[in-house]
Amino acid sequence: MDAYLIKSYDDVVGARHLVRAQTKEMGFGLVDQTRLTTVASELTRNILLYAGEGKMILDQVINGTETSLKIDFIDEGPGIPDVELAMKDGYTSGEGLGNGLPGSKRLVDEFRIVSEPGKGTRITVIKWLPAGG
Amino acid sequence: MEKIPILKFGDTLIVTIQTELHDRTAIALQEDIIGAVQKHNSRAVIIDVSSIEIVDSFIGRMLSNTAEMASMMNASVVLVGISPAVAITLVELGLNLGDVRTALDLESAIEMVGSGVLVSHDQTKPESVPEETAGNAS
Repeated sequence: MDAYLIKSYDDVVGARHLVRAQTKEMGFGLVDQTRLTTVASELTRNILLYAGEGKMILDQVINGTETSLKIDFIDEGPGIPDVELAMKDGYTSGEGLGNGLPGSKRLVDEFRIVSEPGKGTRITVIKWLPAGG
Repeated sequence: MEKIPILKFGDTLIVTIQTELHDRTAIALQEDIIGAVQKHNSRAVIIDVSSIEIVDSFIGRMLSNTAEMASMMNASVVLVGISPAVAITLVELGLNLGDVRTALDLESAIEMVGSGVLVSHDQTKPESVPEETAGNAS
């Protein structure tokens, strides 16, 4: 469970590769690989945009017969003052359409944000590996 | 930073994106495309994205902005090679590619352009004023 540092846009590309490789290795189908890699791209980019730097942590979680990939996106940036507002489609405080958060939520099974203004933000996404072949 | 080549094929520009699209490459490409549309008075831009594995909101916005800008310059954009995985992800992300046309492959895209199916937003044919004919057959 290593932390991958996000400090530049090259790291966003690196994060994509890391997630692509991990999801492939875990046996996720191509569409799920693409979903998760896209989420990694969105959220690491957000880290850069809003906090300047942060980290991404991948974790394979095995719960009995169920396996999932858990990814944490952590920064010590300004935090999100109104998480509920930020999760609405179309809201943005930075450049762009603000599709990052609500869009990413739709691509995964579980999505959690913990954020404290002035302290930072931690976004956790989880995707379960479909059972069976 | 590598520049992505833009090929001219009549009044169509063809752009094949084969490398990983870094953010600054994407922005530079957008400007290069618009510049080329103006320089060559192009009517269509075919962008081959089949090598792009991930289209996130940044890239998606870049593509749709490019299409909008090109349309202001009377050129249509056709995206070629959106994979099923990317298409699904784009819809779930909530990204609307708007008026951007798509084609499955380069041949179809060229056909689309050549047959005049694509009509740019500002293109209006001057309406021919019917001549007043004296003495219609009654």
